[in-house]
Amino acid sequence: MLKQTVSLAAASLLMLSAAQAQAASGGRDYISIVGSSTVYPFSTAVAEQFGKTTAFKTPKIESTGSGGGFKLFCAGSGVDTPDISNSSRRIKKSEVENCEKNGVKEIVEIKVGYDGIVLANSKKADQLKLNRKDLYLALAKEVPSPDEPTKFVVNPYKTWKEVNAELPDINIEVLGPPPTSGTRDAFIEMVMEPGCSEIDSIKALEKSNKDKYKAICQTIREDGAYIDAGENDNLIVQKLEANPKAVGIFGFSFLDQNVDKLQGSVIEGSAPVFDSIASGDYKVSRPLFIYVKKAHAGVIPGMNEFLAEFTSEAAWGEEGYLAEKGLIPAPKAEQEQNAQTAKDLKVLVLE
Amino acid sequence: MNPEFSTSTTAQVLRSLPKRYAKERRFRLLGLCAIVLTMLFLMVLLGTIFLKGWTAFQQTHIRLDVYFDPVRLDVKNLANANYGALVRDSMQRMFPDVEGRSNRLQLNRLISSGAAFTLQDMVTSSPEIIGTTRSLWLPADDEVDMLIKGHTPRDVPETIRRLSDQQLVWIDTLVEDGRLEKQFNGAFFRNGDSREPELAGVRGAITGSFYTLMVTLMLSFPIGVAAAVYLEEFAPKNIFTDLIEVNINNLAAIPSIIFGLLGLAVFLNFFGLPRSSSIVGGLVLTLMTLPTIIIASRASLKAVPPSIREAALGIGASKMQMILHHVLPLALPGMLTGTIIGMAQALGETAPLLMIGMVAFIVDVPQSLQDPATVLPVQIYLWADSPERAFIERTSAAIMVLLAALLIMNATAVYLRNRFERRW
Repeated sequence: MLKQTVSLAAASLLMLSAAQAQAASGGRDYISIVGSSTVYPFSTAVAEQFGKTTAFKTPKIESTGSGGGFKLFCAGSGVDTPDISNSSRRIKKSEVENCEKNGVKEIVEIKVGYDGIVLANSKKADQLKLNRKDLYLALAKEVPSPDEPTKFVVNPYKTWKEVNAELPDINIEVLGPPPTSGTRDAFIEMVMEPGCSEIDSIKALEKSNKDKYKAICQTIREDGAYIDAGENDNLIVQKLEANPKAVGIFGFSFLDQNVDKLQGSVIEGSAPVFDSIASGDYKVSRPLFIYVKKAHAGVIPGMNEFLAEFTSEAAWGEEGYLAEKGLIPAPKAEQEQNAQTAKDLKVLVLE
Repeated sequence: MNPEFSTSTTAQVLRSLPKRYAKERRFRLLGLCAIVLTMLFLMVLLGTIFLKGWTAFQQTHIRLDVYFDPVRLDVKNLANANYGALVRDSMQRMFPDVEGRSNRLQLNRLISSGAAFTLQDMVTSSPEIIGTTRSLWLPADDEVDMLIKGHTPRDVPETIRRLSDQQLVWIDTLVEDGRLEKQFNGAFFRNGDSREPELAGVRGAITGSFYTLMVTLMLSFPIGVAAAVYLEEFAPKNIFTDLIEVNINNLAAIPSIIFGLLGLAVFLNFFGLPRSSSIVGGLVLTLMTLPTIIIASRASLKAVPPSIREAALGIGASKMQMILHHVLPLALPGMLTGTIIGMAQALGETAPLLMIGMVAFIVDVPQSLQDPATVLPVQIYLWADSPERAFIERTSAAIMVLLAALLIMNATAVYLRNRFERRW
C-alpha cells in the first residue's frame, strides 16, 4: 500500500511539474474570449461554427459580464490574457486607460449588432401599451408628487392605472435583473432616464442639481413592486407564465424563444419584434461590441479568420445564424464599416 | 419494603403510563413526519427533473438519402467542400416542388446544421463513399424536435409558433413516409458543448470532471492520509498541534469560493498555470477536499483499538511497521469512504471554478490536463441560462447524469465500508 501511495504522489507531482513547464514555455493555440453574458450566446455560436469549419481549435468563451471581461482583458498583453472581450456596452474611458497602463495599447472595437430589451407578460393577460414615462413613474424610487410636481416623494403608485389611466387596473409587479446586471444598466439608461426627462419638473432639476437629477432618474424602487429575479432569464419566463399579472424585463432572444407563452409589451407605440428593433422603431435596444487586442492578432492562430467569420454575412447578416439566435443585425452601412475595421484591425481612438 | 409505598408507586407509574406511551408515540410520529417530508421533497425534486429530462435522451432524426456528389466533393480539397450543400440537395430531392429562396431556406431549417459536419466526418474517414448514395439518419433541428416531443404547441396561430404552417406540412409528410422519428440521442453522450441543442452533449463536461477529479484524488488522498497519520500517530500533543487541528476543522467549513480566489492568486497568477484547465481546477478542489479527508482519516485512525498497536509493538514491530502493516490497513476503509465523500463534494462544486475560468463555453473535448475544460455542474448552469427551449430538457438530463455519477460514488463508499470495515 505504501509503495502505491508513494508512487501515486510521485506521479502526481511529476504531472504537476510537467504542466508547469508546459505553461511556462507559453503558446496557446486557441482564442480566449471573455466578457458579457449578453454577447455570450452570439459569440459562442460564431466560435462553434469557426471551430467546425476551419482547421483552428474552437475558441474558449467565458461569461464574466462586461466589466469583469474588461478587467481580465486589460490585465496585460501576453498569451495568458484574453484576446477578445465581449461587451454589451461601449468600453469606458477609465477602462481604456487601465488597458494602456498595463500595456494593452491597441484595441480594435467592432460593433456586432444590437440587442433589444423587452418587457413582456403572459399571453393569458392583456398586452401592455407603455410609454417610457409610464415605466419611469411605475418603477422609480422617488417621483414628483402627483399634487405638487416640484416636490419629490417616495413612489406612491401601486397599480398601472394610477400611473396612466389607459393602463389596466392591476398591481405593478415587475420582475427584472439585479443591480449587477448589464441589462439593468441598459434599462435604466434607455428607459428610465428618457422617461424621467420627459417630466418638466425633473428636467429643470437637471440644470440646478445634477446629482439629485441622477438619483431621481436612476434609482429603482425597492418596496417590492420591482423584484430582483436573478440573472437567469429562463426563471423569469417561468415566473411570468405562473403569474399573469407580473411583467418581466429581459433580452429579446428569450422573448423570441417563448412567443407561445409570452407577449412583448408595446413601448412608445412599437412592439418588440425583430423588424421593429432592427429598424430602430423600437427604442429600447443597445449595441453589442467585441474588443480585440491587436497585438495578439499575429500571435494566436486564427484571430483574423475568427473576426472574418463573425463579420460575415452568413453570421451577422439578416438571414445569418446569429439572427436566428436573436441578434438584431446592424444597418448595412454600419456592418460594412465594422467589417472593414475588423479586416484592417483599425485601432480604437476614444475622443 | 413498605407495601403501602410500593402500591402507591405502582399506581403512580400505572397512572402516568398512558401519558408516557402517548408521548413516545408523538415523538415517533414526529420523526416519521420528518422522514415522510424529506422523502416527499426528494420525490418532487427527482420527479420534476426526470419528467422534464427523460425526453432529452431521445432526439428526433430525419432519414435523408444523401448522394455524395463527386461534383461537390473535390477529393483533393475535402476539408473545404460544401457539405451543407449535400444536405440541401438531399432535402431538395425529397421535396422537388419547393421553389423560391425563402421556401428552400425554410425547408433546410428542418434539419440540424450539424448534419453537414456528420457528412464531413464520414467523407474524411472513408473517401471511397464519394459517388454513392447512402440513407442516413441525421439529427433534426431543435425546433422540430421540440414540436415532435410536444414541448412547443402545434395548434396555435402561425405568428406565435417558431415553425411555419408550411414547415408543419413538410414534417407531417416526413412522418408519414417514416422518414422522421425519435431515436436514442447518442450525440448527448458523444459530443462536447454546442450552441445547437440537438448537437450539445455532456462528453466534454464528463471528461473535464474526470480529469479534475483525478488530479484532486491523486493529490488530496496521499497528502490527506499522510497528514492524518502524522497528526494521529507521531505528532506530540502541544499547543502547536492543537492550533493545526483547529485550523483544519475551520478550513472544512470555509465557503468554497474562497478556495477559488486562492487558486486564482496562487496557481494562475503566481505559478502561471493555464487558465480554465482541469489541472488548476483539480488543485483548487484539492485544497477544498483536503480538510474533509484529513478529518475522516483521523477519525478512522482513532477508531483502530490501541490493543492492535500495543500487540504489534509488543512482538517487536517498529513504529513504522506497526502503522503500515496493522493500523493503516484497518483504517483504510474509513479513509476511502471519507475520500469518496470528499470527491463527491468536489464533483458538485462550481463556485471555486468560476474564479479560475472553468465556467466557459468549450466545444472541444479536453485531451489533456492543460486543455481548457469545464465540469458537469458548470455545464448544467450554462445550459440553464440558454434561451433555446430544447436546453431545458437537456439541463435536466445533465442533472440526471450528475446524479448518477454521485450515486455511483456514494454507492462505492457504502460498498467499501460494508466489505472491508472491521468492528470491535
